Amino acid sequence: MLDLQGYGQSIIVTGGAVTLSVAVISLTIALCLGFLTALAKLSNSLVLRSFATLYTTLIRGIPDLVLMLLIFFGGQVLVNSLPDQILALIGALFGQDAREVAKPWVDWGYIDINPFIAGTLTIGLIFGAYMAETFRGAILAVDRGMLEAAEAYGMTPVQITRRILGPQMMRHALPSLGNNWLVLMKTTALVSIIGLDDMVRKSKIAAGATGDPMTFYSVVALVFLALTSVSIWGLKRLEDYYSPGVGRV
Amino acid sequence: MEFDIIFESLPLYLDGLMTTLWLVGLSVVIGFVLALPLSVMRISENPLINRPVQAFTFFFRGTPLLVQMFMIYYGFGQFEILKSWYSIAPILKQASFYALIAFTLNTAAYTTEIFAGAIKQMPVGEIEAARACGMSSGLMLRRIIFPSALRRALPAYANEVIFMLHGSALASVITVIDLTGAARLVQSDYYAPFEAFVTAGFFYLVLTFMIVWFFRLLEKRFNRHLTRQTGVTMVTGQ
Repeated sequence: MLDLQGYGQSIIVTGGAVTLSVAVISLTIALCLGFLTALAKLSNSLVLRSFATLYTTLIRGIPDLVLMLLIFFGGQVLVNSLPDQILALIGALFGQDAREVAKPWVDWGYIDINPFIAGTLTIGLIFGAYMAETFRGAILAVDRGMLEAAEAYGMTPVQITRRILGPQMMRHALPSLGNNWLVLMKTTALVSIIGLDDMVRKSKIAAGATGDPMTFYSVVALVFLALTSVSIWGLKRLEDYYSPGVGRV
Repeated sequence: MEFDIIFESLPLYLDGLMTTLWLVGLSVVIGFVLALPLSVMRISENPLINRPVQAFTFFFRGTPLLVQMFMIYYGFGQFEILKSWYSIAPILKQASFYALIAFTLNTAAYTTEIFAGAIKQMPVGEIEAARACGMSSGLMLRRIIFPSALRRALPAYANEVIFMLHGSALASVITVIDLTGAARLVQSDYYAPFEAFVTAGFFYLVLTFMIVWFFRLLEKRFNRHLTRQTGVTMVTGQ
Protein backbone atom coordinates (compact mmCIF):
# COMPACT_ATOMS: atom_id res chain seq x y z
CA MET A 1 0.00 0.00 0.00
CA LEU A 2 0.94 3.65 -0.05
CA ASP A 3 3.62 4.55 2.46
CA LEU A 4 2.90 8.11 3.53
CA GLN A 5 5.92 8.43 5.84
CA GLY A 6 3.98 10.31 8.48
CA TYR A 7 2.58 12.93 6.12
CA GLY A 8 -0.81 11.28 5.78
CA GLN A 9 -2.53 13.23 8.50
CA SER A 10 -1.19 16.62 7.46
CA ILE A 11 -2.28 16.06 3.84
CA ILE A 12 -5.62 14.36 4.26
CA VAL A 13 -6.91 15.84 7.53
CA THR A 14 -5.34 19.32 7.80
CA GLY A 15 -5.03 19.95 4.06
CA GLY A 16 -8.37 18.35 3.34
CA ALA A 17 -10.05 20.65 5.87
CA VAL A 18 -8.55 23.70 4.11
CA THR A 19 -9.63 22.42 0.69
CA LEU A 20 -13.17 21.76 1.93
CA SER A 21 -13.54 25.10 3.67
CA VAL A 22 -12.28 26.95 0.59
CA ALA A 23 -14.78 24.98 -1.49
CA VAL A 24 -17.75 25.58 0.82
CA ILE A 25 -17.08 29.29 1.32
CA SER A 26 -16.51 29.88 -2.40
CA LEU A 27 -19.71 27.99 -3.13
CA THR A 28 -21.62 30.28 -0.76
CA ILE A 29 -20.20 33.37 -2.45
CA ALA A 30 -20.91 31.88 -5.88
CA LEU A 31 -24.52 31.04 -5.02
CA CYS A 32 -25.25 34.56 -3.76
CA LEU A 33 -23.48 36.25 -6.66
CA GLY A 34 -25.03 33.87 -9.16
CA PHE A 35 -28.56 34.42 -7.93
CA LEU A 36 -28.17 38.22 -7.87
CA THR A 37 -26.62 38.19 -11.34
CA ALA A 38 -29.43 36.01 -12.65
CA LEU A 39 -31.96 38.51 -11.28
CA ALA A 40 -29.97 41.34 -12.90
CA LYS A 41 -29.98 39.48 -16.22
CA LEU A 42 -33.75 39.09 -16.03
CA SER A 43 -34.44 42.63 -14.86
CA ASN A 44 -35.93 45.41 -16.95
CA SER A 45 -33.03 47.75 -16.31
CA LEU A 46 -30.64 47.99 -19.22
CA VAL A 47 -27.78 49.04 -16.92
CA LEU A 48 -28.18 46.01 -14.67
CA ARG A 49 -28.46 43.67 -17.65
CA SER A 50 -25.34 45.12 -19.28
CA PHE A 51 -23.34 44.82 -16.07
CA ALA A 52 -24.42 41.21 -15.61
CA THR A 53 -23.54 40.36 -19.20
CA LEU A 54 -20.17 42.07 -18.96
CA TYR A 55 -19.39 40.21 -15.75
CA THR A 56 -20.31 36.76 -17.05
CA THR A 57 -18.58 37.30 -20.40
CA LEU A 58 -15.33 38.52 -18.86
CA ILE A 59 -15.20 35.74 -16.29
CA ARG A 60 -15.90 33.02 -18.83
CA GLY A 61 -13.27 34.38 -21.20
CA ILE A 62 -10.34 34.52 -18.77
CA PRO A 63 -8.59 31.52 -17.17
CA ASP A 64 -9.24 31.03 -13.45
CA LEU A 65 -5.52 31.04 -12.67
CA VAL A 66 -5.00 34.45 -14.32
CA LEU A 67 -7.96 35.87 -12.37
CA MET A 68 -6.65 34.44 -9.14
CA LEU A 69 -3.15 35.87 -9.65
CA LEU A 70 -4.67 39.22 -10.65
CA ILE A 71 -6.80 39.38 -7.51
CA PHE A 72 -4.05 38.10 -5.22
CA PHE A 73 -1.16 40.28 -6.46
CA GLY A 74 -3.32 43.15 -7.71
CA GLY A 75 -5.28 43.26 -4.47
CA GLN A 76 -2.01 43.57 -2.59
CA VAL A 77 -0.93 46.59 -4.63
CA LEU A 78 -4.38 48.13 -4.45
CA VAL A 79 -4.76 47.83 -0.68
CA ASN A 80 -1.26 49.15 -0.03
CA SER A 81 -1.51 52.11 -2.38
CA LEU A 82 -4.91 53.06 -1.01
CA PRO A 83 -3.61 55.16 1.95
CA ASP A 84 -1.50 57.31 -0.37
CA GLN A 85 -4.44 57.85 -2.66
CA ILE A 86 -6.76 58.77 0.21
CA LEU A 87 -4.16 61.21 1.59
CA ALA A 88 -3.64 62.75 -1.83
CA LEU A 89 -7.38 63.21 -2.17
CA ILE A 90 -7.66 64.79 1.27
CA GLY A 91 -4.69 67.03 0.48
CA ALA A 92 -6.29 68.16 -2.75
CA LEU A 93 -9.66 68.80 -1.10
CA PHE A 94 -8.76 70.33 2.26
CA GLY A 95 -5.17 71.45 1.85
CA GLN A 96 -1.84 70.22 3.15
CA ASP A 97 -2.71 70.69 6.86
CA ALA A 98 -5.66 68.32 6.73
CA ARG A 99 -3.43 65.80 5.03
CA GLU A 100 -0.97 65.85 7.93
CA VAL A 101 -3.79 65.51 10.45
CA ALA A 102 -5.29 62.56 8.61
CA LYS A 103 -2.00 60.76 8.10
CA PRO A 104 -1.87 58.73 11.35
CA TRP A 105 -5.43 57.56 10.75
CA VAL A 106 -4.74 56.07 7.34
CA ASP A 107 -1.31 54.72 8.02
CA TRP A 108 -2.07 51.07 8.56
CA GLY A 109 1.34 49.79 7.55
CA TYR A 110 2.01 47.14 4.96
CA ILE A 111 -0.83 44.70 4.50
CA ASP A 112 -0.46 41.18 3.13
CA ILE A 113 -3.48 39.89 1.29
CA ASN A 114 -4.56 36.63 2.83
CA PRO A 115 -4.43 33.85 0.19
CA PHE A 116 -7.53 32.31 1.75
CA ILE A 117 -9.53 35.47 1.13
CA ALA A 118 -8.08 36.02 -2.34
CA GLY A 119 -8.68 32.37 -3.22
CA THR A 120 -12.26 32.10 -2.03
CA LEU A 121 -13.15 35.48 -3.53
CA THR A 122 -11.75 34.51 -6.92
CA ILE A 123 -13.39 31.09 -7.01
CA GLY A 124 -16.66 32.61 -5.78
CA LEU A 125 -16.45 35.28 -8.45
CA ILE A 126 -15.74 32.75 -11.21
CA PHE A 127 -18.49 30.32 -10.29
CA GLY A 128 -20.92 33.16 -9.62
CA ALA A 129 -20.79 33.76 -13.36
CA TYR A 130 -21.51 30.11 -14.15
CA MET A 131 -24.23 29.88 -11.49
CA ALA A 132 -25.87 32.98 -12.98
CA GLU A 133 -26.64 31.03 -16.16
CA THR A 134 -27.91 28.09 -14.10
CA PHE A 135 -30.24 30.25 -12.03
CA ARG A 136 -31.41 32.26 -15.01
CA GLY A 137 -32.56 29.12 -16.77
CA ALA A 138 -34.12 27.76 -13.59
CA ILE A 139 -36.04 30.95 -12.85
CA LEU A 140 -37.39 31.00 -16.39
CA ALA A 141 -38.49 27.38 -15.99
CA VAL A 142 -40.82 28.22 -13.09
CA ASP A 143 -44.43 28.62 -14.19
CA ARG A 144 -45.24 32.32 -14.54
CA GLY A 145 -48.74 31.68 -13.20
CA MET A 146 -47.31 30.55 -9.86
CA LEU A 147 -45.49 33.84 -9.42
CA GLU A 148 -48.51 35.84 -10.52
CA ALA A 149 -50.71 33.95 -8.10
CA ALA A 150 -48.27 34.67 -5.28
CA GLU A 151 -48.31 38.32 -6.19
CA ALA A 152 -52.08 38.27 -6.28
CA TYR A 153 -52.06 36.97 -2.71
CA GLY A 154 -50.13 40.08 -1.75
CA MET A 155 -46.79 38.39 -1.02
CA THR A 156 -43.75 40.63 -0.96
CA PRO A 157 -40.93 39.90 -3.45
CA VAL A 158 -38.87 38.38 -0.63
CA GLN A 159 -41.74 36.11 0.36
CA ILE A 160 -42.30 35.08 -3.25
CA THR A 161 -38.63 34.21 -3.63
CA ARG A 162 -38.51 32.24 -0.41
CA ARG A 163 -41.81 30.40 -0.65
CA ILE A 164 -42.59 29.99 -4.35
CA LEU A 165 -39.65 30.76 -6.62
CA GLY A 166 -36.86 29.23 -4.51
CA PRO A 167 -38.20 25.73 -3.88
CA GLN A 168 -39.47 25.27 -7.45
CA MET A 169 -36.41 26.76 -9.06
CA MET A 170 -34.11 24.39 -7.17
CA ARG A 171 -35.43 21.34 -9.03
CA HIS A 172 -34.45 22.86 -12.37
CA ALA A 173 -31.20 24.32 -11.08
CA LEU A 174 -29.83 21.29 -9.25
CA PRO A 175 -28.34 19.21 -12.09
CA SER A 176 -26.30 22.13 -13.41
CA LEU A 177 -25.60 23.38 -9.89
CA GLY A 178 -24.21 19.97 -9.01
CA ASN A 179 -21.95 20.02 -12.04
CA ASN A 180 -20.68 23.44 -11.05
CA TRP A 181 -19.95 22.15 -7.54
CA LEU A 182 -17.90 19.26 -8.92
CA VAL A 183 -15.85 21.63 -11.08
CA LEU A 184 -15.54 24.13 -8.22
CA MET A 185 -14.09 21.50 -5.90
CA LYS A 186 -11.36 20.73 -8.39
CA THR A 187 -10.70 24.43 -8.96
CA THR A 188 -9.81 24.84 -5.29
CA ALA A 189 -6.49 23.12 -6.13
CA LEU A 190 -5.42 26.49 -7.58
CA VAL A 191 -5.19 28.08 -4.13
CA SER A 192 -2.04 26.02 -3.58
CA ILE A 193 -0.38 28.22 -6.22
CA ILE A 194 -0.91 31.40 -4.19
CA GLY A 195 0.48 29.71 -1.09
CA LEU A 196 -2.53 28.42 0.81
CA ASP A 197 -1.84 25.14 2.65
CA ASP A 198 -4.51 23.00 1.04
CA MET A 199 -4.16 19.31 0.19
CA VAL A 200 -2.22 19.96 -2.99
CA ARG A 201 0.35 22.22 -1.36
CA LYS A 202 0.71 19.93 1.64
CA SER A 203 1.46 17.03 -0.67
CA LYS A 204 3.86 19.17 -2.66
CA ILE A 205 5.77 19.82 0.54
CA ALA A 206 5.73 16.12 1.42
CA ALA A 207 6.82 15.22 -2.11
CA GLY A 208 9.72 17.63 -1.91
CA ALA A 209 10.84 16.35 1.49
CA THR A 210 10.67 12.66 0.66
CA GLY A 211 11.49 12.67 -3.04
CA ASP A 212 8.43 10.57 -3.77
CA PRO A 213 5.96 12.84 -5.61
CA MET A 214 4.02 10.01 -7.31
CA THR A 215 2.79 8.62 -3.98
CA PHE A 216 1.70 11.92 -2.50
CA TYR A 217 -0.04 13.27 -5.58
CA SER A 218 -1.81 9.92 -5.96
CA VAL A 219 -3.14 10.32 -2.44
CA VAL A 220 -4.50 13.78 -3.25
CA ALA A 221 -6.03 12.43 -6.45
CA LEU A 222 -7.72 9.63 -4.48
CA VAL A 223 -9.14 12.09 -1.94
CA PHE A 224 -10.54 14.21 -4.79
CA LEU A 225 -12.08 11.10 -6.38
CA ALA A 226 -13.66 10.25 -3.03
CA LEU A 227 -15.02 13.80 -2.64
CA THR A 228 -16.41 13.65 -6.17
CA SER A 229 -18.09 10.29 -5.55
CA VAL A 230 -19.64 11.41 -2.27
CA SER A 231 -20.85 14.62 -3.92
CA ILE A 232 -22.48 12.74 -6.79
CA TRP A 233 -24.29 10.53 -4.29
CA GLY A 234 -25.36 13.53 -2.19
CA LEU A 235 -26.55 15.46 -5.24
CA LYS A 236 -28.70 12.52 -6.27
CA ARG A 237 -30.37 12.58 -2.85
CA LEU A 238 -30.89 16.33 -3.09
CA GLU A 239 -32.44 16.01 -6.53
CA ASP A 240 -34.90 13.45 -5.19
CA TYR A 241 -35.70 15.75 -2.27
CA TYR A 242 -36.48 18.70 -4.53
CA SER A 243 -38.53 16.66 -7.00
CA PRO A 244 -41.54 15.52 -4.99
CA GLY A 245 -44.33 14.33 -7.24
CA VAL A 246 -42.21 14.60 -10.34
CA GLY A 247 -41.92 11.26 -12.10
CA ARG A 248 -38.55 9.98 -13.09
CA VAL A 249 -38.14 8.41 -16.50
CA MET B 1 -2.06 51.33 -15.91
CA GLU B 2 1.42 51.91 -17.27
CA PHE B 3 1.31 51.05 -20.91
CA ASP B 4 5.11 51.33 -21.23
CA ILE B 5 5.48 48.10 -19.29
CA ILE B 6 3.01 46.35 -21.57
CA PHE B 7 4.67 47.60 -24.75
CA GLU B 8 8.10 46.69 -23.49
CA SER B 9 7.05 43.15 -22.66
CA LEU B 10 4.99 42.61 -25.79
CA PRO B 11 7.59 40.29 -27.40
CA LEU B 12 7.51 38.16 -24.25
CA TYR B 13 3.72 37.95 -24.44
CA LEU B 14 3.84 37.02 -28.13
CA ASP B 15 6.29 34.20 -27.36
CA GLY B 16 3.96 33.07 -24.59
CA LEU B 17 1.02 33.27 -26.98
CA MET B 18 2.79 30.93 -29.41
CA THR B 19 3.49 28.45 -26.60
CA THR B 20 -0.14 28.57 -25.45
CA LEU B 21 -1.35 28.11 -29.02
CA TRP B 22 0.71 25.04 -29.80
CA LEU B 23 0.11 23.50 -26.38
CA VAL B 24 -3.65 23.88 -26.66
CA GLY B 25 -3.75 23.10 -30.39
CA LEU B 26 -1.75 19.90 -30.12
CA SER B 27 -3.48 18.61 -27.01
CA VAL B 28 -6.94 19.32 -28.45
CA VAL B 29 -6.12 17.60 -31.77
CA ILE B 30 -4.49 14.53 -30.18
CA GLY B 31 -7.21 14.41 -27.52
CA PHE B 32 -9.86 14.47 -30.26
CA VAL B 33 -8.21 11.61 -32.15
CA LEU B 34 -7.90 9.56 -28.94
CA ALA B 35 -11.50 10.28 -27.97
CA LEU B 36 -12.98 8.85 -31.17
CA PRO B 37 -12.11 5.18 -30.48
CA LEU B 38 -12.40 5.66 -26.71
CA SER B 39 -15.97 6.95 -26.99
CA VAL B 40 -16.97 3.88 -29.01
CA MET B 41 -15.29 1.65 -26.42
CA ARG B 42 -17.02 3.59 -23.63
CA ILE B 43 -20.48 2.59 -24.89
CA SER B 44 -19.51 -0.99 -25.64
CA GLU B 45 -21.58 -3.58 -23.78
CA ASN B 46 -18.51 -5.68 -23.04
CA PRO B 47 -17.29 -4.76 -19.53
CA LEU B 48 -13.73 -5.71 -20.47
CA ILE B 49 -13.80 -2.92 -23.03
CA ASN B 50 -15.92 -0.23 -21.37
CA ARG B 51 -14.67 -0.57 -17.77
CA PRO B 52 -11.06 0.52 -18.45
CA VAL B 53 -12.27 3.53 -20.44
CA GLN B 54 -14.72 4.36 -17.68
CA ALA B 55 -11.92 4.21 -15.11
CA PHE B 56 -9.78 6.47 -17.32
CA THR B 57 -12.47 9.13 -17.69
CA PHE B 58 -13.47 8.85 -14.02
CA PHE B 59 -9.91 9.54 -12.93
CA PHE B 60 -9.20 12.40 -15.32
CA ARG B 61 -12.58 14.06 -14.83
CA GLY B 62 -12.65 13.53 -11.06
CA THR B 63 -9.28 15.04 -10.15
CA PRO B 64 -7.91 18.56 -10.67
CA LEU B 65 -5.84 19.13 -13.81
CA LEU B 66 -3.17 20.66 -11.57
CA VAL B 67 -2.76 17.39 -9.65
CA GLN B 68 -2.65 15.38 -12.88
CA MET B 69 0.05 17.68 -14.20
CA PHE B 70 2.08 17.35 -10.99
CA MET B 71 1.72 13.55 -11.11
CA ILE B 72 3.01 13.44 -14.66
CA TYR B 73 5.70 16.11 -14.36
CA TYR B 74 7.14 15.39 -10.92
CA GLY B 75 5.99 11.77 -10.71
CA PHE B 76 7.63 10.66 -13.94
CA GLY B 77 10.77 12.59 -13.10
CA GLN B 78 11.11 10.21 -10.18
CA PHE B 79 11.89 7.26 -12.44
CA GLU B 80 15.64 7.07 -12.98
CA ILE B 81 15.28 5.27 -16.27
CA LEU B 82 13.82 8.44 -17.80
CA LYS B 83 17.13 10.22 -17.24
CA SER B 84 19.03 7.67 -19.31
CA TRP B 85 16.76 8.52 -22.24
CA TYR B 86 17.54 12.22 -22.08
CA SER B 87 20.37 11.93 -24.61
CA ILE B 88 18.18 10.11 -27.14
CA ALA B 89 15.04 12.19 -26.61
CA PRO B 90 15.94 15.64 -25.30
CA ILE B 91 12.25 16.55 -25.33
CA LEU B 92 11.95 14.54 -22.11
CA LYS B 93 13.83 17.33 -20.35
CA GLN B 94 11.23 19.95 -21.29
CA ALA B 95 8.45 20.79 -18.87
CA SER B 96 6.16 21.64 -21.78
CA PHE B 97 6.27 18.01 -22.93
CA TYR B 98 4.79 16.85 -19.62
CA ALA B 99 2.22 19.64 -19.67
CA LEU B 100 1.22 18.49 -23.15
CA ILE B 101 0.75 14.90 -21.96
CA ALA B 102 -1.36 16.01 -19.00
CA PHE B 103 -3.53 18.32 -21.14
CA THR B 104 -3.97 15.69 -23.86
CA LEU B 105 -5.09 12.95 -21.46
CA ASN B 106 -7.37 15.39 -19.64
CA THR B 107 -9.11 16.67 -22.75
CA ALA B 108 -9.28 13.13 -24.17
CA ALA B 109 -11.21 12.03 -21.06
CA TYR B 110 -13.72 14.89 -21.20
CA THR B 111 -14.11 14.58 -24.97
CA THR B 112 -14.67 10.83 -24.70
CA GLU B 113 -17.61 11.41 -22.36
CA ILE B 114 -19.04 14.14 -24.59
CA PHE B 115 -18.84 11.95 -27.70
CA ALA B 116 -20.09 8.86 -25.87
CA GLY B 117 -23.10 10.86 -24.68
CA ALA B 118 -23.81 12.03 -28.21
CA ILE B 119 -23.51 8.51 -29.62
CA LYS B 120 -25.89 7.18 -26.97
CA GLN B 121 -28.47 9.71 -28.11
CA MET B 122 -28.34 8.48 -31.70
CA PRO B 123 -31.84 8.06 -33.11
CA VAL B 124 -32.41 4.29 -33.27
CA GLY B 125 -33.87 4.64 -36.73
CA GLU B 126 -30.61 5.88 -38.21
CA ILE B 127 -28.75 2.83 -36.93
CA GLU B 128 -31.48 0.43 -38.02
CA ALA B 129 -31.49 1.98 -41.47
CA ALA B 130 -27.72 1.60 -41.72
CA ARG B 131 -27.97 -2.05 -40.70
CA ALA B 132 -30.80 -2.61 -43.14
CA CYS B 133 -28.57 -1.28 -45.88
CA GLY B 134 -26.10 -3.99 -44.89
CA MET B 135 -23.37 -1.72 -43.57
CA SER B 136 -20.61 -3.27 -41.48
CA SER B 137 -19.97 -1.76 -38.04
CA GLY B 138 -16.89 0.08 -39.27
CA LEU B 139 -18.67 1.56 -42.24
CA MET B 140 -21.65 2.49 -40.08
CA LEU B 141 -19.34 4.25 -37.60
CA ARG B 142 -17.64 6.20 -40.33
CA ARG B 143 -20.67 7.10 -42.42
CA ILE B 144 -23.55 7.30 -39.96
CA ILE B 145 -22.61 7.38 -36.28
CA PHE B 146 -19.65 9.77 -36.19
CA PRO B 147 -21.06 12.33 -38.64
CA SER B 148 -24.34 12.40 -36.75
CA ALA B 149 -22.99 12.25 -33.20
CA LEU B 150 -20.14 14.72 -33.67
CA ARG B 151 -22.54 17.30 -35.08
CA ARG B 152 -24.72 17.07 -32.01
CA ALA B 153 -21.65 17.13 -29.76
CA LEU B 154 -20.38 20.39 -31.27
CA PRO B 155 -21.71 22.87 -28.68
CA ALA B 156 -20.46 20.80 -25.74
CA TYR B 157 -17.16 20.20 -27.50
CA ALA B 158 -16.70 23.94 -28.07
CA ASN B 159 -16.99 24.42 -24.31
CA GLU B 160 -14.40 21.73 -23.73
CA VAL B 161 -11.92 23.45 -26.06
CA ILE B 162 -12.44 26.73 -24.18
CA PHE B 163 -11.88 24.92 -20.89
CA MET B 164 -8.68 23.47 -22.30
CA LEU B 165 -7.49 26.94 -23.29
CA HIS B 166 -8.15 28.15 -19.77
CA GLY B 167 -6.64 25.03 -18.22
CA SER B 168 -3.47 25.52 -20.25
CA ALA B 169 -2.67 28.49 -17.98
CA LEU B 170 -1.62 25.89 -15.42
CA ALA B 171 1.45 25.05 -17.52
CA SER B 172 3.01 28.22 -16.09
CA VAL B 173 3.10 26.50 -12.69
CA ILE B 174 5.64 23.96 -13.96
CA THR B 175 7.89 26.67 -15.44
CA VAL B 176 6.47 26.71 -18.98
CA ILE B 177 6.49 30.28 -20.33
CA ASP B 178 3.04 30.39 -21.90
CA LEU B 179 0.80 33.49 -21.83
CA THR B 180 0.31 33.19 -18.08
CA GLY B 181 3.98 32.40 -17.60
CA ALA B 182 4.87 35.59 -19.48
CA ALA B 183 2.49 37.55 -17.26
CA ARG B 184 4.09 36.07 -14.15
CA LEU B 185 7.54 37.10 -15.42
CA VAL B 186 6.32 40.63 -16.06
CA GLN B 187 4.74 40.71 -12.61
CA SER B 188 7.97 39.65 -10.91
CA ASP B 189 10.15 41.97 -13.03
CA TYR B 190 8.13 45.16 -12.66
CA TYR B 191 5.90 44.38 -9.66
CA ALA B 192 3.01 45.53 -11.83
CA PRO B 193 0.27 42.92 -11.32
CA PHE B 194 -2.51 44.84 -13.05
CA GLU B 195 -0.55 45.48 -16.22
CA ALA B 196 0.82 41.94 -16.26
CA PHE B 197 -2.35 39.94 -15.71
CA VAL B 198 -4.84 42.23 -17.43
CA THR B 199 -2.75 41.97 -20.60
CA ALA B 200 -2.70 38.18 -20.39
CA GLY B 201 -6.41 38.18 -19.64
CA PHE B 202 -7.02 40.28 -22.73
CA PHE B 203 -5.15 37.78 -24.92
CA TYR B 204 -7.15 34.90 -23.46
CA LEU B 205 -10.39 36.79 -23.96
CA VAL B 206 -9.60 37.32 -27.64
CA LEU B 207 -8.62 33.66 -28.05
CA THR B 208 -11.85 32.58 -26.34
CA PHE B 209 -13.91 34.75 -28.68
CA MET B 210 -12.07 33.29 -31.65
CA ILE B 211 -12.85 29.74 -30.52
CA VAL B 212 -16.50 30.65 -29.98
CA TRP B 213 -16.63 32.26 -33.43
CA PHE B 214 -14.93 29.28 -35.08
CA PHE B 215 -17.34 26.78 -33.56
CA ARG B 216 -20.27 28.96 -34.50
CA LEU B 217 -19.08 28.75 -38.10
CA LEU B 218 -18.76 24.98 -37.80
CA GLU B 219 -22.23 24.70 -36.33
CA LYS B 220 -23.65 26.84 -39.11
CA ARG B 221 -21.93 24.65 -41.67
CA PHE B 222 -22.72 21.24 -40.21
CA ASN B 223 -25.91 21.77 -38.22
CA ARG B 224 -27.81 23.72 -40.85
CA HIS B 225 -30.51 21.08 -40.81
CA LEU B 226 -31.02 21.53 -37.07
CA THR B 227 -31.49 25.29 -37.00
CA ARG B 228 -34.99 26.46 -37.58
CA GLN B 229 -35.30 28.42 -40.78
CA THR B 230 -37.05 31.71 -40.54
CA GLY B 231 -39.80 32.48 -43.00
CA VAL B 232 -41.04 28.91 -43.14
CA THR B 233 -44.56 28.63 -41.82
CA MET B 234 -45.11 26.28 -38.95
CA VAL B 235 -47.25 23.39 -40.09
CA THR B 236 -47.87 21.90 -36.69
CA GLY B 237 -49.40 24.73 -34.75
CA GLN B 238 -51.52 24.44 -31.61
